[in-house]
Amino acid sequence: MGKEASVARWSTFLAGAKDTFPLVVGAIPFGVIFGALAVTAGLSPAGAMGMSLFVFAGSAQFIAAGLIAQGIAPMFIVLTTFIVNLRHVLYSASLAPYLKHLPRKWLLPLGFWLTDETYAVTIRRYQGDGGEASYRLWYYLGSAVFMYANWQLCTLIGIVAGQRLQNVAEWGLDFAMVATFTGIVVPLIVNRPMLICALVSGVTAVLANGLPNRLGLMLAASLGIAAGYAAELLLTSGGEEEGA
Amino acid sequence: MNEVLLIGGMAAVTFAARYPVLALLGRLKLPDPLFRALRYVPPAVLVAITVPAVLMPDGGLSLSYTNAYLIGGLVAAAVSWRSKNLLLTIIISMAAFLGWRALVGG
Repeated sequence: MGKEASVARWSTFLAGAKDTFPLVVGAIPFGVIFGALAVTAGLSPAGAMGMSLFVFAGSAQFIAAGLIAQGIAPMFIVLTTFIVNLRHVLYSASLAPYLKHLPRKWLLPLGFWLTDETYAVTIRRYQGDGGEASYRLWYYLGSAVFMYANWQLCTLIGIVAGQRLQNVAEWGLDFAMVATFTGIVVPLIVNRPMLICALVSGVTAVLANGLPNRLGLMLAASLGIAAGYAAELLLTSGGEEEGA
Repeated sequence: MNEVLLIGGMAAVTFAARYPVLALLGRLKLPDPLFRALRYVPPAVLVAITVPAVLMPDGGLSLSYTNAYLIGGLVAAAVSWRSKNLLLTIIISMAAFLGWRALVGG
């Protein structure tokens, strides 16, 4: 390995971290609040930390903390986690063509570290400049390692704060989740099928909110996906072109 | 609650959504209809989480101006729509939420 190659790898790694910086900042309140909510909800400090270390999925962890507080059975929490994280199938399918030259051993950590944030940053880079396949790995790693380290640190701060301060859960900081998800969703609504998907999902979620075990969430997501896809098929078969 | 089982299960299903397609797609192509349907998963899931959190923060429907979650959510949607900037959306709507809550005494 030449010295030049290792310098280029390192600078690509740093570029990945740098481009992820705004999203890392956005994850900070999210991670701190998760840590605080998790221990308030009844998870042990080790359990809260372990969830961040081994699951590493902000929105699913946030929801899990809420479900634990309500005393929902673990089986339903795992099922909800799966539904909420199903979007990663899409992300990995979209990234795979850019990473298929990598040895399988590298795809394990890359898969584990896949998040909304790292996907958003890396796909922009890969689609913008496909000519440097040998450094894609390092760009991804820079983004993912930064996100991961930040998430662990923020969780830890949240756990400590949650134990020290009695009423963290009542500060209303759970609004950070609403703010983050709204900021992710609104730019996704680029055409009518996406709008229909969002409307059907939102209305169903409110109507079905009383269902036990957070089943309303799954029902709403399923109907939203079905409605959006059906709308896409209907609108495109009607000769109307919609940009995706 | 058995935390090891819970976290192990969550880790397993999360990894199952992240890794296999990444590893297999070189040799296995996802059917086009499935791929297209999957594009609706992120908005459907995130909206299903967010809308009840905003409209029914205490379990019941609350469409009043005293609902700071609703005000904050509307601000977030407006800022995001105008700016498409995630960080800006989080900062401004968080400030709006906390400010409004202090104002209406929620």
